[in-house]
Amino acid sequence: MTVTLNGPLPSGSYDVAVVGAGVVGCAIARELARRPRLRVALVEAQDDVGQGTSKANTAILHTGFDAVPGSLEARLVREGARRLAAYAGESGIAVEPVGALLVAWDEEQRAALPHLAEKAVRNEYRATRLIEPAELYEREPHLGPGALGALHVPGESIVCPWTTTLAYATQAVRHGVDLHLNSPVSDVNWHDGEHVLSTARGTLRTRRLVNAAGLHADTLDRHLGHRDFTVTPRRGQLIVFDKLARDLVHHILLPVPTARGKGVLVTPTVYGNLLLGPTAEDLDDKRATGSTAEGLALLRESGARILPALLDEEVTAVYAGLRAATEQDDYRITAHPEQAYVTVGGIRSTGLTASLAIASHVTALLADMGLDPGPARDLEPVRMPNLGETHPRPHRNARRVAADPEYGSLVCHCEGVSRGEIRDALASTVPPRNLDGLRRRTRARAGRCQGFYCGAAVRELFEGAGA
Amino acid sequence: MTRPTREVDVLVVGAGPAGLAAAARLAAAGIARVDVLDREQHAGGVPRHCRHGGFGTWTHPLTGPAYARLLHTAAVRAGAVVRTGTTALDWAGPLALDTVGPQGLETVRARAVVLATGARERPRAARLVPGTRPDGVYTTGELQQAVHLYGQRIGTRAVVVGAESVSYAAADTVRAAGAQVVAMVTELPVSQTTAVRAHDARLRHRVPLLTDTTVTELLGHGRLSGVRVRHRDGRSVQLACDTVVFTGDFVPDHELARRGRLELDPGTRGPAVDGALHTSRPGVFAAGSLLHPVESAATATRDGVRVAAAVLESLAGAERPRHTVPLLVEPPLRWIAPNRVAPGDGHPYVLRTSALSKRPVLQVVQDGRVLHEERLRAAVPNRTLTLTAGWTRLVDPAGGPVRVTLTGR
Repeated sequence: MTVTLNGPLPSGSYDVAVVGAGVVGCAIARELARRPRLRVALVEAQDDVGQGTSKANTAILHTGFDAVPGSLEARLVREGARRLAAYAGESGIAVEPVGALLVAWDEEQRAALPHLAEKAVRNEYRATRLIEPAELYEREPHLGPGALGALHVPGESIVCPWTTTLAYATQAVRHGVDLHLNSPVSDVNWHDGEHVLSTARGTLRTRRLVNAAGLHADTLDRHLGHRDFTVTPRRGQLIVFDKLARDLVHHILLPVPTARGKGVLVTPTVYGNLLLGPTAEDLDDKRATGSTAEGLALLRESGARILPALLDEEVTAVYAGLRAATEQDDYRITAHPEQAYVTVGGIRSTGLTASLAIASHVTALLADMGLDPGPARDLEPVRMPNLGETHPRPHRNARRVAADPEYGSLVCHCEGVSRGEIRDALASTVPPRNLDGLRRRTRARAGRCQGFYCGAAVRELFEGAGA
Repeated sequence: MTRPTREVDVLVVGAGPAGLAAAARLAAAGIARVDVLDREQHAGGVPRHCRHGGFGTWTHPLTGPAYARLLHTAAVRAGAVVRTGTTALDWAGPLALDTVGPQGLETVRARAVVLATGARERPRAARLVPGTRPDGVYTTGELQQAVHLYGQRIGTRAVVVGAESVSYAAADTVRAAGAQVVAMVTELPVSQTTAVRAHDARLRHRVPLLTDTTVTELLGHGRLSGVRVRHRDGRSVQLACDTVVFTGDFVPDHELARRGRLELDPGTRGPAVDGALHTSRPGVFAAGSLLHPVESAATATRDGVRVAAAVLESLAGAERPRHTVPLLVEPPLRWIAPNRVAPGDGHPYVLRTSALSKRPVLQVVQDGRVLHEERLRAAVPNRTLTLTAGWTRLVDPAGGPVRVTLTGR
């Protein structure tokens, strides 16, 4: 099992290199890991997987009911949703099928609901239902006044995006994929049937290349001479509310998209928080992951209308993610057989849902380009620690605590994280490199006190592990 | 595996000053089984990491850690059982809690429960401070533990947000860690600590105090590189620093109170209590910073003594005072504790204001009747105001809420 962090990259040639260890790149690497004959590298600019858009999104497992009918995105989201739901169940990834309500607040929005129901049918999703205000308020008693009705989409779910990415990476590494971290790619040269990647850790050679670089997919594409699309980072700021607010909603409350914009949502998270957001700001800086006073004020204004009681609750966290938006309303997945190269660009907010289907699609494109993948094998299932609020943490399991008292010794009190879980994360296949990585693997320091009580103790455990 | 159940007389949740003082009193009064739980590995609460003086008494001054040890020793000597590393997870009945520790899961049933779960500072996110999410962002609680309990490195240049007593303690901790305090920043026009302490920081340690100033943004990727601050007059400046400490702005750690559906006070956000520190549920009491976020350790200790007396009465079968009326504050007052009142409640009240006023008048009114009026020397935000309880005998238990107002000039 190989995960490298520093030093020169291996000198041999890989059969396939995937650039970008976000949820999409990790899913592709995992799919390629089913072929024992292939030598596969997963190359990541940062020091951990899932550090870009994959870690900062709305964490919704979409049905694809509102995708553009007939688009590649619609098809891959539809397939991916089914596959991810099944995969999550067997891998310990927290999922909650809470369903969504698209709430109409004015006549224009109410008039749009039947069209959205029709669009869902064209996307092969037939379970939507228009509901009247009486039923809406019965389902969501804390909803602000003045809603005119809603479209119920029972299939929408919430999921843990961090564990998903990590599960893919863990399986890939356990089945022989080399994960190279801290390796931002600065240039690519293609000659004699081989790509030579220049990275911060030296060169890496590969016969086939997959670009899953997310926000930077257009930059990498240009190194190979393609100008098919431009990624415009679209910032989404979100506010995470205290777990004690969780009972204020029972569904994902989605805005009705109109000509005047998309609006914001309120959704529970699998960790038991409520999420309010996102904003949608087109920027040109791919590092601009900060929140702004204007953005937060806008969210609070919207939140006050959707769920007035929300604003009286404590805020646990604020974050901002950048969506990889392009000029087109679809994914930009293109095979370039003449270069043995596949671009996986423009994967927007649905990428988490579609990830497994994207991976199958991309490996099929590689095979069409003449990659002989050799025989396939089934992957050993992976069991990740389930971080869901509805899933009892180890400290609630008397048997586990009796067998290993470290699971009964809580370090992070707000999130109920034990020493045992931190120890396990530090010893895992793809271990965390910093406290944020540990947080995404265990939820340590992710709670309402943000480290007031546990911060120093968690840091001590992390640094004591020689990390 | 079924969860073993333990029966105790009194279960105290939280081994800080309030919980330990209550346990010591109860055990000394002959209550056989007094159990104190604390989720931390060591008893003592926040004073464990306040490595400065100001604890204890005038005649017997102590540092925070020494004070924590003293209270712990007193409780154990009196016969209370202090179980650290044990977390109260949730209620298992009106007077029962599910707990977990390395020894396993347990349900503890008691004849009375005292919640003394303390308070925490609002972290940066809860204050909605915009910007990136770099390393180097602390609350005083985390900073003090990092420096005094673990000897961790914290950076070299720190900005301290706040200028109340806890902010100056944070600045001391920054210096104890070998780092420099670049500036202290407060939204108020003046420092809110004692004149001696404020002068010492400014003159001896040469720490600039930026008044009427707000932190508007945190900067930096990876590590904090600076904070942007804005003065009330619109001027904005960037302070280069690799550490920022958010101090004060305490909220009660009220999860158990809320999960138990105890009535909360909208001002303190802790459980609503009457003069005997009864919560809205019979047999459940509360004490310490959970009730008034946040007062001194001495105040928490006094709460512990007071709550012990109420618990003893309750165990002896005393009727709860049934007729309490709400005690409400009006702006600029932020909160008062206790916040329900019965005629004859005898202990003083603590209050906080949000506005600076000189020689303001504090008035207590019920249904238009003035029960009490006094002129204070000054009212300063983030500092304790006290109200003595002589007027409570005038309260009509069948009347409306009692209102407390502060009229400044």
